[in-house]
Amino acid sequence: MKFSESWLRTFVNPALSSAELSHLLTMAGLEVEELEPVAPAFDQVVVAQVLEVVKHPDADRLKVCQVDIGPMSGSGTPLQIVCGAPNVAPGLKVPCALPGARLPGDFRIKVAKVRGIESSGMLCSAKELGLAEDASGLLELPADAPVGTSLRSYLDLDDQIYTLKLTPNRADCLSLTGIAREVAALTGTPATYPDIRPAPVSTHASRPVVLEASLACPRYCGRVISGVNARAATPEWMRRRLERSGLRSISALVDVTNYVLLELGQPLHAFDNAKLKGSVRARMARAGESLKLLNGQTLTLAEDVLVIADDSQPLALAGIMGGEASSVTLETTEIFLESAFFAPKAIAGRARRYNFSSDSSHRFERGVDFGNTLNALERATALVLEICGGEAGPITEARGELPEHPPVRLRTARVKKVLGLAFSADEIAALLGRLALPFVREGDDFIVTPPSYRFDMEIEADLIEEVARLHGYDNIPAPAPVGTLAMLPQEETRRPLFRVRQLLADRGFQEVINFAFVQEAWEQDFAANMNPIRLANPIASQLAVMRSSLIGGLVENLSTNLKRKQSRVRLFEQGRCFLRDAGAAPVPGYDQPWRLAALAYGPARPEGWGNDGRKVDYFDLKGDLEALLAPARLSFARLDHPALHPGRAARVSRDGRVIGCIGELHPEWVQKYDLPTPPVLFEIDLDAAVQARLPVYTEVSRFQPVIRDLAVVVDQQLALQDLLEGMKAAAKAPIQDLQLFDVYLGKGVPEGKKSLAFRIVMQDTQRTLLEAEIDSALADLTAYLEQNFAAQLRA
Amino acid sequence: MQDLDLIVRAAEAAFAAINDPDALEQVKARYLGKSGQITELLKGLGKLSPEEKKAAGAAINQAKVAVETALNARREDIRRAALEARLAEEALDVTLPGRGEERGGLHPVTRTLERIEALFRSIGFSVADGPEIEEDFFNFTALNTPEEHPARSMHDTFYLLDEQGQVAKNVLLRTHTSPIQARYLQAHVAKYAGQASLPEIRIIAPGRVYRVDSDATHSPMFHQVEGLWVGEDVSFAALKGVIADFLKRFFETDDLQVRFRPSFFPFTEPSAEIDVAFMSGALKGRWLEIAGCGMVHPNVLAHAGIDAERYTGFAFGFGPDRLTMLRYGVNDLRLFFEGDLRFLRQFV
Repeated sequence: MKFSESWLRTFVNPALSSAELSHLLTMAGLEVEELEPVAPAFDQVVVAQVLEVVKHPDADRLKVCQVDIGPMSGSGTPLQIVCGAPNVAPGLKVPCALPGARLPGDFRIKVAKVRGIESSGMLCSAKELGLAEDASGLLELPADAPVGTSLRSYLDLDDQIYTLKLTPNRADCLSLTGIAREVAALTGTPATYPDIRPAPVSTHASRPVVLEASLACPRYCGRVISGVNARAATPEWMRRRLERSGLRSISALVDVTNYVLLELGQPLHAFDNAKLKGSVRARMARAGESLKLLNGQTLTLAEDVLVIADDSQPLALAGIMGGEASSVTLETTEIFLESAFFAPKAIAGRARRYNFSSDSSHRFERGVDFGNTLNALERATALVLEICGGEAGPITEARGELPEHPPVRLRTARVKKVLGLAFSADEIAALLGRLALPFVREGDDFIVTPPSYRFDMEIEADLIEEVARLHGYDNIPAPAPVGTLAMLPQEETRRPLFRVRQLLADRGFQEVINFAFVQEAWEQDFAANMNPIRLANPIASQLAVMRSSLIGGLVENLSTNLKRKQSRVRLFEQGRCFLRDAGAAPVPGYDQPWRLAALAYGPARPEGWGNDGRKVDYFDLKGDLEALLAPARLSFARLDHPALHPGRAARVSRDGRVIGCIGELHPEWVQKYDLPTPPVLFEIDLDAAVQARLPVYTEVSRFQPVIRDLAVVVDQQLALQDLLEGMKAAAKAPIQDLQLFDVYLGKGVPEGKKSLAFRIVMQDTQRTLLEAEIDSALADLTAYLEQNFAAQLRA
Repeated sequence: MQDLDLIVRAAEAAFAAINDPDALEQVKARYLGKSGQITELLKGLGKLSPEEKKAAGAAINQAKVAVETALNARREDIRRAALEARLAEEALDVTLPGRGEERGGLHPVTRTLERIEALFRSIGFSVADGPEIEEDFFNFTALNTPEEHPARSMHDTFYLLDEQGQVAKNVLLRTHTSPIQARYLQAHVAKYAGQASLPEIRIIAPGRVYRVDSDATHSPMFHQVEGLWVGEDVSFAALKGVIADFLKRFFETDDLQVRFRPSFFPFTEPSAEIDVAFMSGALKGRWLEIAGCGMVHPNVLAHAGIDAERYTGFAFGFGPDRLTMLRYGVNDLRLFFEGDLRFLRQFV
């Protein structure tokens, strides 16, 4: 909502500066988004009339003018001014900056000689005064402009334009009188409103009105005005107020409806009465009907859209926009003027559905004062008769059930409970009085009847807000809160998320946050997901589907950073992924697991003088993952994963549950995404990283452990984990621990075989082990390996 | 005993000329070895009378001690010199950089979220979470925003397609973290069903939210932190108190002003926008919109089955991205989501 301060002050004129008024409105919930002067600062510019124009003797483009500036000149003699504007001509009224004037940009006007001729001032273009961009010639003023008057006062330039960012509940402030009412309540300054009287009815011309959808349109008033001059000029004051409210002047008839819209908040529509057939009907559209709107758009209407129709066809989208066929033109001589109340529910969302909005729909969606329908029609009639002439016919009114604004009880004690600040009943009465809300007092309770212009007073809390607002939110104290003290749970078997993130950060990984919507190609490449969850209205095609994996984002981050000459990249992200799952909870159809993924690329160690520059590989990242989840024991099994190198990828399990995958990026994607060397990645369920183990004590032995090494030769393809897990399961007391300490291929080991060396720790908590026990345990283990893995003891 | 002095002096001179420990031991033999000069003199004592023996023996022994002392001193000198040489040889350029992993870091918004969590935990708030693909019901309806409510157009909502390619009914990408409020209220009521009174609710709910908007100050995905406190004695004044306290602790300064101005959210009444102005620094004196808040709308409580007459509550929603920008002086929201290490490493 945009409006001019000088217009507002015709209704209410508090003793406040523009800045103070702006602050007052903002702090009352009518946020002033912008406050800008109509014109920049300048002074000593007056309305002048050019009397005589002769060519400058020494310059082709310059003219020497004699200019009447009225009584300002003292002696009454005209000023001589040299001017180069192409449109300067005798008789023209233009702005004249007098000697001593200061123009925008701190430009001073002095008496000077221009090519030898004295010039005592300057005739100005709109641009020179900062009023418009037009610099093509002098700003031409109307012929009746009074010579000698200050231009600022003549054009009302000491005015400010306010732009309000109104919340949807304050439809009552979508008009000048509404804002005036609010300012009056806030300041206690009385407001005066337009004096509206019924226009004299001087013709019988009328048109019947039929409400076929009286729930959607509970009140419709209309009248015919015949003999209007559609070509009449819009008066300067009206044009100015419209323009300062951000509306372009179109024609006198349209301007009047817009003016009343701004003044009273009542949207009006003028039809060309000659183009209507039969009755005017407010009805729901019929399936298949179409309507060409004033904005040129042709709509196919749905049955839940309210239209204004005549006997033959829809004329207008009710409360939203008029149709082209029945619109007024410069040839129009007879109008049918509509002022109606449309129910917010019947209008809401309809314009948005067709991808536009209008000043009218904006107001009806939020609620228009249904007590003012007739008044607005009378106001518009009076303005039409004044500007365009004509004869007004009688008003036809059709009424259904108007909205009820039932009384609301406001309890003094409740105000204190909700606001935390006690008001006396008398204080509340005074505040309600300032808002001019009709109420009945019952002891300390108030029964308030919401006025027809307020659609946001349905419950007690709404009235409490009014009390708080008028009292001023700033005047409510801000004490430290009082609450029940209870300790929060501290689950030891779950690590705080920040510990998990910090662990990765400490191991050199930088956290990133990527969009949850990604390119469809990433889903195909990195997750083989041909049926991703698609957005209905993505902002761009590369942000069109919901990710089911974090890998794509990390690969993209890697590319971005490589382009920025980063050679070593270690990243992680924690976030939700999105998968179709009919049985998912809490939102059926959409599983939304939290995941944690990391990527490592480039040198295994930070580049420096002491490093060999080895590239990071699978085992480096595996070490990071194991450290992250320690002391949990993870198991790894070969995995075919669309994103990963099939020979260098593993499924990761914890306690028998698959928690994710780890591996080197598939060579195909390394090439496609233009990466010089392959990164390694892991992606796991975040929950697996959060789970922690409650420590359990086991007795520490006071006896020396016995340590023996065992080396076996096995098939090269054998996965260590199978062997190790088998050994651990087979190992009996006194074996306490088994560790792989060497893997060897090459000289001394047959082709296709590998040698694995284990360190075996044996111990008893109660006594020193006997040699025979040790030998027997080792022999059992060796036998197990021979039988189950065809292992041979290495000499 | 002129001879003995000469021998001692000769030995001292001989030791001093030697720098090598093995050579020193060989020279030692010349004096103290089996046929060394001192040894020979001692052997000669046997020929002397007991009186002479006593005097000569004492003198020879004195000389022997002197030679031994000189020898030990020289041994120590040589050991020291060798150690010095080794230490010099082993010296490092201690200014070379250390070896080891660099530190990574948390995302700046994560830093902010962790601080927000810590501050609110300190007054008994716990952390709640909710889905990002959300039901229309929780995102709007349960929050007193029925279908076609004008407030719905304040949110430019992302919708999803179903498997048939039609716009999926009833689901969307949540436009705010407030649905977590609605879910939490519902779960809380279910958990304590049948009890005479409902324990207080004090939660914050950080998370990612989505709106169809993209420019230097808007990102289609961004963060919010929802806060909710419901109890028997929770007022608007308490809300003001909590928020003012939070902002001062978050920015670690008392040098800021907070103002509440009336606003509108369908799920709070009264509602307010919170503006903050710093009294120093680059943004000095400017009011910056920082959060929305209000008293939980009775309809929202009622929707969850809570007696809105007995219980009141407040809710607030902060933009942690904005808080991060203000805290660290970041001027472009988009930097948060570009994964540029040159930017992110500044927050290590």
